[in-house]
Amino acid sequence: MNVRALLNAPATARKGDIVEIRATVQHPMETGFRPGADGRVLPRNLVRRVECQFEGQTVFAADLHPSISANPYLAFSMRAVATGTLVVTWVGDEGFKHSESARIGVT
Amino acid sequence: MSSLHSNSETTRRVVLLAGLGTVLAAPSAHATPEALQAAIGRFTGSRAARTGRVVLDVAPLIDNGNMVPVSISVQSPMTAADHVHRIALFTELNPLAEAAVFTLSPASGAARVATRIRLATTQTLVAMAQMNDGSVWQQRVDVIVTLAACIE
Repeated sequence: MNVRALLNAPATARKGDIVEIRATVQHPMETGFRPGADGRVLPRNLVRRVECQFEGQTVFAADLHPSISANPYLAFSMRAVATGTLVVTWVGDEGFKHSESARIGVT
Repeated sequence: MSSLHSNSETTRRVVLLAGLGTVLAAPSAHATPEALQAAIGRFTGSRAARTGRVVLDVAPLIDNGNMVPVSISVQSPMTAADHVHRIALFTELNPLAEAAVFTLSPASGAARVATRIRLATTQTLVAMAQMNDGSVWQQRVDVIVTLAACIE
């Protein structure tokens, strides 16, 4: 299944700069409270955890709950220390797992 | 009349009625103040939270409760010795009090997070920051919601 996701990070940064990272993934974030067309409650289906690693080190993580909107959007910051690869991984119910990566060149 | 029903039929009717009772007795659509306090207690480890240092940025009047932009920033040098360890966002009246818990590190550079949340009704949002020394700071903002997020 094709999951659309967006990872926005600057391509370059100066050493010591604080860069803004934005990440969104396509996901219904079904709360588990909503009834479907037949009146029965739709089962909960959420992205549960988002982790951001830079060169293997976790720099940011988020634990999400049903109050987070569909297609969960996260923005956070990171200090640029060296050139490397940023990887954001989303993990959720029903075996949901998706990753996006971006390369940041630090001078 | 009951003598015409078999034992298993009676059992099934009892089970069906019990199931109906469960649906009717389902938890209310809103979190209770106790649930909010319990959720906060789980985050803070029962450390008292002081008001300040946390800026919870959300529009005071929301026209669509399905996608409410929220940003939280905390004054902190974000050094190894003094940084924000986690930021939590709670809703007073959504079905579940915890909206999100963000884990930061000195590598974050700044204690700033943003997301989009659902709001079921006009209520209070609570943002809390737990520092690396365990101390907790908070900020509360009242929000008016004109179109509730679909929860039922």
